[in-house]
Amino acid sequence: MIPPEFEYYAPHSVDEAVSLLRRFDGEAKVLAGGHSLIPLMKLRLAQPRALVDINRIPNLAYIREEGGHLKIGAITRTGELLDSPLLRKSYPILTDAAQEIADPLVRNLGTVGGNVCHGDPGNDLPACMLALGAEVVAEGPKGPRTLAVSDFYRDTFVTALEPTEIVVEVRIPKVRPHQGNAYHKIEKRAGDFAMAGAAANLILDGSGRVESAGVALTGVGPTAILARPVAGALVGQAPDPSRLAHAAGLAESVAEPSTDLRGPIEYKRAMASVLTRRVLERALARAKGGG
Amino acid sequence: MSASARPVAPAASVTSGGRSMRVELTVNGAPVVAEVEPRTLLVHFLREVLGLTGTHIGCDTSNCGACTVHLDGKPVKSCTVLAVQVSGRQVRTVEGLEIGGKLSPVQEAFVEAHGLQCGFCTPGMMMTATELLSRNPNPSEPEVRDAIRGNLCRCTGYVNIVKAIQLAGAKIRSAAPSSGGKA
Repeated sequence: MIPPEFEYYAPHSVDEAVSLLRRFDGEAKVLAGGHSLIPLMKLRLAQPRALVDINRIPNLAYIREEGGHLKIGAITRTGELLDSPLLRKSYPILTDAAQEIADPLVRNLGTVGGNVCHGDPGNDLPACMLALGAEVVAEGPKGPRTLAVSDFYRDTFVTALEPTEIVVEVRIPKVRPHQGNAYHKIEKRAGDFAMAGAAANLILDGSGRVESAGVALTGVGPTAILARPVAGALVGQAPDPSRLAHAAGLAESVAEPSTDLRGPIEYKRAMASVLTRRVLERALARAKGGG
Repeated sequence: MSASARPVAPAASVTSGGRSMRVELTVNGAPVVAEVEPRTLLVHFLREVLGLTGTHIGCDTSNCGACTVHLDGKPVKSCTVLAVQVSGRQVRTVEGLEIGGKLSPVQEAFVEAHGLQCGFCTPGMMMTATELLSRNPNPSEPEVRDAIRGNLCRCTGYVNIVKAIQLAGAKIRSAAPSSGGKA
């Protein structure tokens, strides 16, 4: 399959890229890793007039703690998440997710920015970013702006990003003591999108109660879903197994799956709760210094 | 590459209405210059423009890995990369594995351990294996299986493929016992 014709631009700065997007007024797409966009173009599900390849813009690939944040540059390859000792130690949810994104070959090109902003409910990083309370930094004609991920996903492939904006960074609140997080999905075949997936992030207070919680789901709705009722059932509580199980059970009612080749509604709903319980248990173990 | 945004080159020698661009890259160590349409996929460029048909087209949807090549040393699926994206970069295909007319340790091992049945996935498997062994010349079976998650063998000949990759690792280690080995 060969994509339809398009014009190709490879700018060397974010400003140039933004002015190209303005020039094409919504008819250009940003090419990062290309592992979602190029397949969509082959299938004629996307037919942009122009591609703006941001791979030649310097300084868009990094993973670093700075100020109160973990900052990840948009063009950071998802495979680089897996290689980061910092993430493995302090943000293991991202190592979990990176391990489960597609396969190692795809991860050599697919990017963090693309995974987060493409808006595919099957992508793994959106649920992680929702659970972590992350923000997306976008550059556009009016300069940079920061968008909360919790307000980012509007519908399948529809986000709060303007067509003339480029995601340059994803920011995550810096890890705190007694914090633990985890991600897990189930897939029908190696490297496939999730049948269902869940992300959990817990911070405990000095007495071991849950001070704050973030829980989100992959692949069980039109977008990744922030499971507020699950988190609400945990905050202020002692995270004993029955409490975790009760909270995880609420994930079923938050999920809005549809039946497709990856499974029927009932199964996906059930898995939303099963996976939520598993990631909560794992996140708790990590918050206590294990796992 | 120039330091500014570069519009596509004016229509040159290429086909029906498609505007072409000049790309300059290195393929298996040799410089290549060509005019391509922006929509030309790397796998088509390798097979149809350069005649390097060892890189196979399988699923065409970045699932199967039959089209795996090295881009600046890392294995990628060339059905999901545009030729214009790799201008200025290094590409290595299965034709570039042999060294001085002699099969590489990975190629030898796939022959000796019968790491193939129909052979369709083999080029991609060997490209992925070569990169794995360059980082880790002594991978465990789970490490091998994880590395080839993106390469599908529809004959399901994975047992011998895993054996072949581990045998290749042994060959590389015995050739360079002190350095840790480089494929």
